[in-house]
Amino acid sequence: MSAEIENQVKILEEQLKKLQKKQAKDQISIIVFSGDLDKVLASMIIATGARAMDMDVKMFFTFWGTTMLRDKNKSAKGKDFMSKMFGFMLPKGSTQLKLSKLNMAGMGTEMLKGLMKKKNVASLEELIKSAAELGVEINICQMSMDLMGFKKEEMIDYPNIKYVGVASYLADADESRVQLFI
Amino acid sequence: MTTDELKAIKSDLVIDARGTACPGPLLAAKKAIGEIESGEIMEILSADEGTKHDIPRWCDKMDHEFLGIVETDSYTRLFLKKA
Repeated sequence: MSAEIENQVKILEEQLKKLQKKQAKDQISIIVFSGDLDKVLASMIIATGARAMDMDVKMFFTFWGTTMLRDKNKSAKGKDFMSKMFGFMLPKGSTQLKLSKLNMAGMGTEMLKGLMKKKNVASLEELIKSAAELGVEINICQMSMDLMGFKKEEMIDYPNIKYVGVASYLADADESRVQLFI
Repeated sequence: MTTDELKAIKSDLVIDARGTACPGPLLAAKKAIGEIESGEIMEILSADEGTKHDIPRWCDKMDHEFLGIVETDSYTRLFLKKA
């Protein structure tokens, strides 16, 4: 009798282990595709909020989202003509991002920034700093870097930043309970 | 807990998150919860409307016990007990 039960328990334990492995983690996976200030702000507020709720956060910056991670004080050498053009035409970092609507040649964006300051809403730069302290993981799409001619040396300093491909994003997303495309 | 009971509480830690907006109060709560022991009471002061809904949900997720709120003229006092 006891040997049978022991066996059953063993089988159950193994099944439990298998199931636990497949279970979605308390984790949120965010793709930041947009380079608009308002959308990127939303993504960072969600990311830091999720960390406050003890969720793991993995962000994947691709296409226009990559521009947010450029450091306006850094530059990269050895770019070809197209890359230089892209680099010039695209926002160089978080301070140069624009609203997706009502930008009004930059006036709308400045107004929003002013309002945020007045109401003590954290700026994008402050949120990025918080995110780093809280352990929000940031991954950058290597392909986007290549397409837009950005180089690693011109990106901001952020702990453990990685340059990955879509499979890394998908693997992260697959094990997360929440997935967002911003 | 009733408002009177809440008002009578002697909080172990008071976090003043007035003047910060989402996700400020949440981050302040998260940071501060590490400073008190299990069973102790934390009070959060907030002037942000969203926080009134956020903190109870945060407590629920983190398994802390949300005790209730006391409204004053200009801000809200939120009470919770650490798990």
